Parts: sequence; C-alpha cells; structure tokens
Amino acid sequence: MTALLESLGYSGWALHALIWLPVLGVGLVLWADEAQAKILAFWWSIGVFVLSLGLWWAFDPTRADMQMVSTTPWIEAWGVSYSLGIDGISLFMVMLTTFTTSLAILGSFNYIQKRERAFYALMLLLEAAVIGVFVATDVFLFYVFFELTLVPMYFIVGIWGGERRIYAAIKFFLYTAFGSLLMLVGILYLFAKAKLVLGLPTFAYADLLQVPLSGTEQLWLFTAFALAFSVKVPLFPLHTWLPDAHVEAPTPGSVILAAVLLKMGTYGFLRFLLPLFPVAAQHPTVVTTMLVLGVIGILYTAWVAAVQPDAKKLVAYTSVAHMGFVVLGIFALNVNGIQGGLIVMISHGISTGALFLLLGMLYERRHTRTIAEFGGIARVAPWFATAFVITALASIGLPGTSGFVGEFLALLGTFESHPTIAFIATLGVIFAAYYMLPMVQTVFFNKLETDENRQIKDLSSREMVILAPLCALMILIGWHPTPLLERMEPSVRAVIERVEAAGAADAQASFDPTPDAGPDVEDDGIQVTDGDE
Amino acid sequence: MVSGVFASLIALTQGGGQAAAEGAHFEPFLPGLVVLLPLLGFLANGILALRHGRASADAVRAGGEFNLGGPDSRPSTHTLPTWIGPGVMAGAFLITLVNFGRMLGVHLEAPVVVHYWTWMATGTFTVDAALQLDQLSMIMMMIITGVGFLIHVFSVGYMKEDPGYPRYFAYLNLFVFFMLVLVMGSSYALMFVGWEGVGLCSYLLIGFWFADREKADAGKKAFIVNRIGDVGFLIAMFLLYKAFHTVDFVPVFAEAETLAYGGALVTAITLFFFLGAVGKSAQMPLYVWLPDAMAGPTPVSALIHAATMVTAGVYLVARSSVLFALSPVASATVAGVGALTALFAATIALKQNDIKKVLAYSTVSQLGYMFVGVGVGAYAAGVFHLMTHAFFKALLFLGSGAVIHAMHHAYHSTHRHEDAQDMRNMGGLKAYMPITWATMWVATLAIAGIWPFAGFFSKDEIIWQTAAFGGAAGAPFPTLYTIYWIIALAAAMLTAFYMTRMMVMTFHGTNRTGEAEAKQLHEAPATMWIPLAVLAALSAFGGWINVPEAIQNSFLGGMGAFPMSEWLHHWLEPLTAQAHHIQEVNLGELSHSAPFGGGEVLWAVLSTVAAGVVVLLTIRTVGRQKIVSVAEDTTELTGISALLYNKYYVDEIYDRFIVQPIIEASRFCWRVVDARIIDGTVNAVGLVSKGIGWGISMFQTGSVNTYAFILTVGVLVILGASLF
Repeated sequence: MTALLESLGYSGWALHALIWLPVLGVGLVLWADEAQAKILAFWWSIGVFVLSLGLWWAFDPTRADMQMVSTTPWIEAWGVSYSLGIDGISLFMVMLTTFTTSLAILGSFNYIQKRERAFYALMLLLEAAVIGVFVATDVFLFYVFFELTLVPMYFIVGIWGGERRIYAAIKFFLYTAFGSLLMLVGILYLFAKAKLVLGLPTFAYADLLQVPLSGTEQLWLFTAFALAFSVKVPLFPLHTWLPDAHVEAPTPGSVILAAVLLKMGTYGFLRFLLPLFPVAAQHPTVVTTMLVLGVIGILYTAWVAAVQPDAKKLVAYTSVAHMGFVVLGIFALNVNGIQGGLIVMISHGISTGALFLLLGMLYERRHTRTIAEFGGIARVAPWFATAFVITALASIGLPGTSGFVGEFLALLGTFESHPTIAFIATLGVIFAAYYMLPMVQTVFFNKLETDENRQIKDLSSREMVILAPLCALMILIGWHPTPLLERMEPSVRAVIERVEAAGAADAQASFDPTPDAGPDVEDDGIQVTDGDE
Repeated sequence: MVSGVFASLIALTQGGGQAAAEGAHFEPFLPGLVVLLPLLGFLANGILALRHGRASADAVRAGGEFNLGGPDSRPSTHTLPTWIGPGVMAGAFLITLVNFGRMLGVHLEAPVVVHYWTWMATGTFTVDAALQLDQLSMIMMMIITGVGFLIHVFSVGYMKEDPGYPRYFAYLNLFVFFMLVLVMGSSYALMFVGWEGVGLCSYLLIGFWFADREKADAGKKAFIVNRIGDVGFLIAMFLLYKAFHTVDFVPVFAEAETLAYGGALVTAITLFFFLGAVGKSAQMPLYVWLPDAMAGPTPVSALIHAATMVTAGVYLVARSSVLFALSPVASATVAGVGALTALFAATIALKQNDIKKVLAYSTVSQLGYMFVGVGVGAYAAGVFHLMTHAFFKALLFLGSGAVIHAMHHAYHSTHRHEDAQDMRNMGGLKAYMPITWATMWVATLAIAGIWPFAGFFSKDEIIWQTAAFGGAAGAPFPTLYTIYWIIALAAAMLTAFYMTRMMVMTFHGTNRTGEAEAKQLHEAPATMWIPLAVLAALSAFGGWINVPEAIQNSFLGGMGAFPMSEWLHHWLEPLTAQAHHIQEVNLGELSHSAPFGGGEVLWAVLSTVAAGVVVLLTIRTVGRQKIVSVAEDTTELTGISALLYNKYYVDEIYDRFIVQPIIEASRFCWRVVDARIIDGTVNAVGLVSKGIGWGISMFQTGSVNTYAFILTVGVLVILGASLF
C-alpha cells in the first residue's frame, strides 16, 4: 500500500486534495439536479473518505513533526502562506471528519426534504473547512478555516433546523464568533511580536513557536486563545449554546457538530495553547482552573443530562461531559492523559455521532424526541435497539468499547498529576450510567403501549449501512486502540517535551534573583529562548 | 486427552501437585479457545435472536403479543440455540478440563501468561490482551465452565416456552465470555473488562423480560450500584499504576513488598479494590441490587447471582492476596464487612416468603462468609467456600427454578394469577417433585454446615481460621476477630434455620397451591433434573477435596478416610505463599485454640451438632405452624418481624436520602443554574452589548445572515487582496 501511494506521489497532493475536492464537490452538487444532489454528495464524500484513508499508510508513525508539508506564499506582504501539514494529532481528526461526513450525508437522505442541493453543498463546504482547520500550519490560514466552519453550520441550523432554529443559529454564531474575535486579537499580537523579534512578517506556526514571550504575555494570549477554543469545546460554563444548537440542528448538523466541530476546540488546545504558551499552560492556577472546569463539566452536565425530557438535549449535554474528559487529559500534561484525551475525541465523535444519527432515525419515525413518548420499542425494532444499546454503552465507557480506552487513559494521566481531581472525575463513571440507562430503558424497554410506538419500523438497510461501521469501530477501538495510540505518541510526546522544557527554563530563570543584572551570558540566553524548544 | 485427564486424576488422589514430577512444564492447551467459544456462541445466538426478533416484531406490529412463558413453543427457532448455547459451554469445559489435567501433572511455581496482542500502549503505560493460567484462575475456570454448562443445560428446559429463547442464550454465552475474561485476564485492567462486562450481562439478564417495568428497573439498579463499586476498582488501578507503573498481576505482586507493611498506600489500594468487591459481590452497604436481581430468569440467578459473578469480589481479594496481606486495616475491613453482611442478610432471610428472596439474602450472607475467609488471610478457605457455594447455591436456585416452573404451569393451566414464587402458596411439593425435593435437601444440609456435606468443610474452615487469626501473637485487632468469630457462628445457626424453614414451607406439610392446580404440579423434565442431580453430588462430596488436616485425622475425617487432606489449600499455595509469608513475619504463628478454648475439631463438632439441632427443631416448629396461602394470609406483621420482612427499610432510606436528593439536585442544576444563571448571564451580556450599540441591532432583527455574509465577503476580500 505504501509503495502504491508513493508511486502516486500521494504525500505531495493528498492534503490539498482533501480540502479542494469537497470544494469542487460543492460546485458539482449545486450544478446537479435537485433529485440527484444527495446521491452525488454521498459518493463524492465517500471518494474524499477513501482518499483520506491513504493517510494511514502514507503517515510515518515514527515522526513527531509535521509531515506532508507544503507551503505556498499567499499574501506575501503579511507573510501569510497557504501551508499544510499533518502530524499524529491531526491525522485522526482528518480521518474522523471524512468518515463522519460521509455517514452524516447518508443519514440525511430522509431527514432533509427541502432545498437539497444547497444543503449538500453546505455539508461539503463544511467538510472542506474542517479539514482545513486540521491541516493548516499557517495560523492565519487556520483562522480563516476556523471562521469559515461557522458559515455553513450557521445555515444548516438556520434553514433546516427545528422550530427555534433562528434563535439557536444566532446563539451558536454569536457565542463562537465572540470567542474567535478574541483569538484574532491574540493572533495579531503574536504576528506583531514575531515581526519585531524575527524581523519578518510571518503567520507560520513553526515561526511563531520561536517567538519568545514573557510569562505575562503568555497568560494574556493563553486566555484569549483559550476562550475561543473553550467556547467550541464547550467548556463549562460556556456550554449553553450547545444544547440549543443540537436540539434545533437537523440530524446531520448535530452529527458533524458533535463529531468534529467540538474537536476543533480541544485540537486548538493541543496545537496552540500548549506549544505556543507552554509557561502559561503549566501555570498552576491555569492548570487547576482548566481541570476544575473539566470536572465540573463532567459531573454537572451529567446531572443536567439525566433530567432532560428531550433525548437529543440529553445527548447534547453528555457531549459536554465527554469533552470534560478530554480537557482533563490534555491538562494532565502527560503522555497517558493527552493520548487518552485524543482517544476520547475519536470515540466521542463516533459514539455521539451515532447517537445523534439514531435519534434522528427515531425522530423520522415518530416526529418526537420526548423520551416519555416512547416505550418498549425493542420489541418492534430489535436491530434498532441493539445498535442503540451498543452505542450507549460505548458512550458511557464500558470496557471493550472505545469510550473506555479514552476515559481510562485520560483519568490515569490526570491521576498521575492531580489525584484529587481525577478521583472526583472518576465519579462521572457512575453518573454516566445515571443519565444513559434510564433513557435507554424508557425508550426501548418497558411496556409497548401506544399504537404509534407499535408501528415503529426497524432499521432499513441504508440505516444499517450507516450504523454498522460506527458500531464496529467502537468495538474495534475498544479492543485494539494501539494502532491509533502508536501513531499519536511521537507528536504528543513532542508537545509535552516542549511544555516541560519551557517549564524547566522558566523555573531556572525565576530561581535566579537578578537574571538581567548577572554577568553570566547564559542566563540571558535562557530568558530569550524562554518558551523555545 | 481422556487418558491425560485420567492420569491427572490419579495424581490428584495421590496428593495433588506435590506428587507430580518436578521440572515438568505446563503447556496450556488452547486457552484462548476457552474464552473464544462462548463469544462465538454469543455472536451466533445473537444473530439468531435478531432474526427471530424481527419476525416476532412483525407479529407484534400486527397487534399480536409476546406470550411470555405461555405454551407458545417455537421449536424451529429453538433448535440452533439449544445446540449452540450449551454446546460452546461443553467445549469450553472440556478444554478447561484438559488444562486442569495438565496443570495437575506439573508443579507450577509461577503463573503462565499467554500473550495475544497489545491492548493499550501509550509509551508510558502498557497493558496486553493476555490470559493468565495458574491454580486460582484454573479453579475459577472449572467452576464457571462446569457449573455454567449445567445451568445452560437446565435453561434448555426452563426457558423452552419463552419467545426470547435465542436472545437468552446469547446473553448467557456473553456472560460466560466476560466472566472468563475476568478470571483469566493477566492484569487488573483486563479483569476490569470482565468485571464491567459481567455487570452488563447481569443488567441485560435481570431485565430480560424488559416489558415489565419493575424488572427493567431492577436491571438498571444493578448496573448503577455496581458502577459505584467500579469507581473504587478504577481508583485502585490508578493508585497501582502510580506505585508500580503497571497493572499486570505478575510484576505488581513481585514488587508489592516494596510497599511499606500497613502503609497508607497499600491500604488505600486494597480498600478501593474492596469497594469494587463490595459492589460486585453485594456486600454492605451496596448489597441492595442483588435481591432485586431476582427479577431475572431463575437459571440466571443461579449462574450469575449465586455461583459466579457475585463471587468475583472474593476472587479479586484472593487474587490480590499479597496486597491485602500487606494491609491489616484493609483485611480487617474485608472480614468485618463480610461478617456484618453475613449476619445482617441472614436476619432478613428469616422472614422472607418469596423463595428466591430467601436464596438471594442467603447468597449475600454466604458471600459475607467468603469475605471473612479472605479477610483473615485464609485465601484458600475463601476460595473453597466460593466453590462449594457455587455447587449448593446453584443447586438451590435451579431447584427453586424447577419449583417455580411447576407452580407457574399449574397456575397457568387454571388461568389464576397467583404468585408462583411465594412459599405460602406451596407446601407439600415433595409428593409431586421428589427429585427436586431430595436434591435441594442435600444442598440445604450443605449450606447449613452439616457433616459431611460440602458446606460443612468450607464454612467451618472459615470460622476456624477467623479464630486462629485473631489468636495469633501479633494479630492487629484481636477482640475484633473474636467478634467476627462469634458473628460467623451465629449466622451459621440462622442459616440452618432459614434454609430449613424454606424447605419445610416449600416441600413439606399440606399443599396450598389450590385443588385444581395441584393436579398439574409435576416433576421437572430430564434436562432440568439431571443438572440438579450432578450438583447434588458435588454439594454432597465436593467438600472432600479440602478436608482440614485436624479434621481429617479425627473421627470427623473417619480417621483419615477422606482421600484428599487440604488439597485445595496446597493447590493454591504457589499463589498464597507470599501472602502467608508476609502474615507470618508480621503476625507470627496462628493460634491453635479458639477464643474460649477448644481446638478446631471441638468447634467443628459443636457447630455441626448445633446446626443439626437447629435443622431438626425448625422442621418440628415450622412444620407445626399453620401456614395459609397468600390469598388467605391476613397476618399483619409488627415489630421486629415487620422490620425484617421489609428488609430494615434500607431501600426506602437510600431512596429518600440519596436517590431523590440527587434527582432534585439535577433538576436544580438544569432549571436554575443552567437555564437562569448561566444562560441568563449570557442574555444579560447580550443586553449590555445592545446598550453599547455595537452593531447588535443587526442581530436583534434576526439578520445574522448579514454578518455571515460580511464575514464571507471579508474572507474573499482578503483572498482577492493577495492577488494584487
């Protein structure tokens, strides 16, 4: 496989193609007949997915740095370049995006009944933008893609959403736009500083890593970036846009939102917060704040989820709880924690994506999402119930599913550095059962009473095609996550080493009472390279 | 293969592993297949169940109903599961037997670990998918596959008329798979996979008849309560990792003694593990799920809630003997919780009328004994009681299943909706079901500790070891152990009483089922009574594999007539030696006399005679009581009787002080914190922005579209700018 990819020169063009193929698809879908739009969009997205599979083999798992790098100058006056690359952290985010986009499109076939061309075009545009976020190695380019994801999502919720779609869309838009504006300020500051120190205008990620920042600067910039990403994650208490957006979004919108868009937040933590502001990222107050917010997210949203009458809102809240584990893992600042966090990101993408698909299928059948309306459905829809139960179990982290591997490693890592916090977070294991099992029981078990429920159809073959790969992955990753873990490890290690090196340098610098007055040149050297590799 | 087993059995009778050739090598025989077979059975039965489910769904949709337990036999859908379900168990049992035979033939010093693949590896933490074969996992495998096979066979008869038949065997096979992973996994992490996996199957099987809300609720309760314990298990693993950078058994136990004896770390690790055990093995205060678990089909109660899953906590402590031996506080806690639970549950069992509830509380109580055993460092005794209990309690549950089956049919034939599980509706069943009656009496005598039935040897061993441990020179809390010892003796008397009461109410006296119904009562079919008979033999003679040396040489042992003195004890020695060594170094020699004097033999005689007297007295007194059927029973319970009958109102207390407050708090979080405080603040910020007039009017009119448009245009402008 590797040889075949090499003969095609895959590494050279794959990342470009992953962004521009969906964009080309947008044009094709808009140009196609209304009736054929969905078929075309689906097969197009499958094509993109198949293309992305090549990354698995083309990716060199031994390397920590960016691979398949390509840089083209874009706005030279500002030092902006169109540069792409991939490492062990973004690799799976790209694959998760192409995978879930295909399934989300296939899952829209019945749900989306109006303006189909526009819808599928937006889905492909969204895919392109998200992939762009994950592969951009120029911070300006990243920002453009990051903002660009808002637009299609805004329209998907606003046009094809439920009754309160406008409210939800605006809330989603304002919340996230507010966050990213702060980040823009941060980026511009970094740019200015880089120009001052390095003497040339640049937005290149690799260059910005070289910019020395004082502790105070790091704290401010960290805050600006962290707010932008925390809204996306979403981190408690910035999460209230999410349940509204999820409830109103059409099924495919929810799937992409949960599976991929939230991951842009935690991806941002790993890609920018930790490497760019390593001193701030390990400042005890910062770490404690992030961990405590993560833990609150885990427990608090589990409780809130448990009493939701609307099944979709319940799952939406559980997303906050799951992302809490990711935040915990990341700010554990060790290999186990971050790798666990990454697995939770993948697992949550798969299992929560599947839950939203399943709830969408249920909605198509019954036109309600109120849990109490259902009951005893397992008897008329056994395949449906089976798929739902498997997914629910993966979601609550039963061992043997992907959810367990991620949560276990994330908690293990957190325990290494912050046992008390990890201890409290582990209680989330109980409350996951507390929110999930009653919903499963009320919907699928108990007595089959109403006639509407009696007439619910089991999964169609199209629906099985959607759910089978999702369920298979949940179990496969649950039993054999090593191929994922070994590809992540070098890049994760590099992030941690960078943070630790900065921490060591910082400690040394602050131990010296008068570094500037000292005659020792090396002291100054440490100060200047503060935050450097 | 057969000759190998035979040769090994000869070796067994000659004194076990010690007689075997030194230096011989243990070659595991297809250990992966033991685990894989039930998994394949699950997959095959699962697919059959889904196909069958779809067919019956069409019937339901057309207005039909599942006829739970009715004579709606569907032979065509039952044929394959009947062969696959018990078939894979037979296969797994045979492979286990071969391995057991091979292990008997050698003196295995260290566990054999068979690696399959790397499960998780982050670079700093690695855990393999690997199976560990040693003396302890072998005993557990024998119980799980052996007793499991019998219960699968029994289920063929018991579940014959259930429309969910294929689904039933799918779950049951899946359970066995996870249970085998639990006992064969080579690390705590893999054990945890089995640990939660069996919990899942328990959940699915308790709620097997999920159309009944109460049953579905019981499954849910079991899962959630178990997860409380699972948190303990997880924390213990995290602590272990922090101490040893691994959670694999072999390296952890090898380095365990680097931890300070009685230190805070090892105490924390073991107490958290014990929290897991308390959940899974239904000890105080987390026992409340097990009585409710009786909502599942009765063979499930026999397999999961008596013989195997609930003993996983005991296995966990026995497996971690080295760690527990290092912490006298944790060990005392284990024994204390065990003793208290043994007594507490036994008192509840005194007043229950539901035959399965009696057995459920009895199980909780007997599990308490096992914890007393492993808590006083008598790991082999704990495992011994685990084994004999698997025999006699599985038999009791299956026997009660046969009774319920007969009762159900009787009431079904006359369309009366009476309680088929209430003993007040039974009585005099001996005449109708002689085999069930006889086999259940064997089990009753065994659990009551009557010589020479299996339970006598295992329970007595635990009681004696409690006394011996408390009397050791350096015993940490000698008075405490005296109390445990007295409690264990007292609970044994209660056991003899409530079990005999159950037997008398069910089988003796006059029949109260109803005149028309009584004609329909009948003995269980062969698929059901043959497993009963096999288990009866095991309940009668199973204790003989570990006759304590003192008893062996006394008149109770027929002056050496029993063939295998302390076989199990010696068999497990390679695994328990380290713990015993730690104990000996720190506590000194165990005592040879009980707190109030007297040796092992004297107290064994006293307790079995006392138990025998209790049995005889109970037969007389309960036999003379006027018992009336449920419909005619108007007695109002008062005082202690009401307290016991209502299980000390523990469920109500938990609901009032734990469950409801959490639900209330959840509502508060949602409606007040989330909706008003957080979202309210967000909206307030929105108002402030409007005051500033920062282009918000645009959004207020609902035209964020414009902003989105501007954003897109902005991006395009920047793109365009690059061209110039």
